[in-house]
Amino acid sequence: MNHWIIAPVILPALLAPIIGFVMRYDIRLARIASLAGGVALLAIALGLVVQAAGGETQVYQLGDWPAPFGIVLVLDRLSALMVLLTTVLGLIVLAHATATGWDDRGRHFHALFQFQLMGISGAFLTGDVFNLFVFFEILLIASYGLMIHGGGRDRMRAGLQYVVINLAGSTLFLFALGVLYASTGTLNIADLAQRLQEIPLEEAALVRVAMMLLLVVFAVKAALFPVQFWLPGAYSNAPAPVAALFAIMTKVGAYSIIRIHTTVFGPGIEATEGLAFDWLFPAALITVVIGAAGVLGARRLVPLIAFAVLGSMGTLMLAVSVFAPAAMTAGLYYLVHSTFAAAALFLVADLVMAQRGHDALSARAAIAQNGLMAALFFGAAIAMAGMPPLSGFLGKLLVMDALRAPDVIGWAWAAILVGSLVTIVGFARAGSVLFWKSTAISPGPEDGPTPQEARICTPAQLAPALITLGLLGTLAIFAGPLAGYLESTTGQLFDRAGYVAAVLGANGGV
Amino acid sequence: MEMIVASAVGVLTAGGVYLVLRLRAFPVILGLAMLSYAVNVFLFAAGKLTTNLPPILSKYGEATYTDPLPQALVLTAIVISFGMTAVLVMVALASFLESDSDRINLGRSENAGLPVEPGQEEAQ
Repeated sequence: MNHWIIAPVILPALLAPIIGFVMRYDIRLARIASLAGGVALLAIALGLVVQAAGGETQVYQLGDWPAPFGIVLVLDRLSALMVLLTTVLGLIVLAHATATGWDDRGRHFHALFQFQLMGISGAFLTGDVFNLFVFFEILLIASYGLMIHGGGRDRMRAGLQYVVINLAGSTLFLFALGVLYASTGTLNIADLAQRLQEIPLEEAALVRVAMMLLLVVFAVKAALFPVQFWLPGAYSNAPAPVAALFAIMTKVGAYSIIRIHTTVFGPGIEATEGLAFDWLFPAALITVVIGAAGVLGARRLVPLIAFAVLGSMGTLMLAVSVFAPAAMTAGLYYLVHSTFAAAALFLVADLVMAQRGHDALSARAAIAQNGLMAALFFGAAIAMAGMPPLSGFLGKLLVMDALRAPDVIGWAWAAILVGSLVTIVGFARAGSVLFWKSTAISPGPEDGPTPQEARICTPAQLAPALITLGLLGTLAIFAGPLAGYLESTTGQLFDRAGYVAAVLGANGGV
Repeated sequence: MEMIVASAVGVLTAGGVYLVLRLRAFPVILGLAMLSYAVNVFLFAAGKLTTNLPPILSKYGEATYTDPLPQALVLTAIVISFGMTAVLVMVALASFLESDSDRINLGRSENAGLPVEPGQEEAQ
């Protein structure tokens, strides 16, 4: 067995308590340990991607118990890619939080951050639905702490709402697992996939109920239409670096839908054929519309970005909802892109807010580094809105190209194109108010208590945002090789028989 | 017994949903606790209801046993929901102390931190 598969879970799990207990009074020590952990995690994730690139589905049996009885972790191209995405984003956010001093505005930022990375990596690697629930809870309980990091009235209230909606979601998750276990007698993903193939349509009522419940649970995490209300409040009140990290949290929900509703309930399963599409597609359409409307209507910068994230989740789920290989490839490309685009926007917004002192979209005297911030915001905004030359344009192009079936093309293209236009208008309005109109106003004495010189960003503070924008450019330049990798990823994802054989066939002694 | 267990799950769930919809911190916490009780009983029942049976195969030839897996699942779920409820109570308390309000919905506070613009003081 390949023990590196569990390393992305073990390393943060060991590091977090050490940071929390030993280094709790020394922020410098905690920063060094946390950053070192982040770099090590990135190296491990790179190693896993190289291992998974061969196309073999690798299985790690915890305690060496064979698959349907013990818990397994499964490494294939998709999970390796998601873990790599998590660690890259985690390291960038960590660098930003350290450079801007966000981590020192409350206790235990680094410990919670490591637990968060542990939960996310585990959720991407697990091959067992109940274990997925457990990792969800780990990442959620860490995110509760990160969400209210730094405190403050609005943040605590938004945090309470965030905790409540996720606890309700967890309860629903358990109900879904109970129904699934009662109707199939297993919770192992590969075993489920195998047994569901044998369930005839007339006996599938309970399975369909379980599938819909799971869809709702994952939709809560992915912030899809009927259950998206928590996202703008939570993201716009969370500390900005945490909001940037949360860009991957919505993707955990998207990943779960991609994994479970393709491998277990996906195409070719008679019991649940087409059911996910019927609900997911309209929900994703409405999410795109809500996101675009919110971007246009927002009166503050951070809620504006939160609604842009909502719109990007809608676009992503449009691609996922048809459960076809070509669309899934496009969706995965857009997933990688939108994660970094959302993170870049939040990081830039944090730098802007640090100089302006607030995030209202109103014309005030120009900030110290007006031109630089305008350029950064412009770059991140065109990436999110989907304009060339950054990867957002290619991502949306791929998604639209994949959604050309006659029954989806009208709605999907209309939603994506109109949504993009409205998003561009919203971002253009925000950018011109923040950076352009402000140059016409001469600074008055009331514009901030601290002198302008003190608020100039250091290169260390700018670097994470610049690197994220650079990654978006790299995604566009290397779109060809990446799309090739993602195509083989999708091929592996839709190869249900291969997955089942790899997990259930890998009995002891391998 | 099926009737008792099913109605217990139903009543607990109905009560939990009602309390969660009250949108005040304390009823919501109680409601989520009731929901987690409901789901624990529900998970237990997912392994079929039996009485007085061991959770392992007997070596004396009795072929009947109760499914041990839901019991393990319930145990995990209890631990997690217990910890989550503790976190929720602390967050709710902090939120109440910070804002003097125990409402869950954010209402108009989206604009609460907005600096008032000149000539717009009374617009809201």
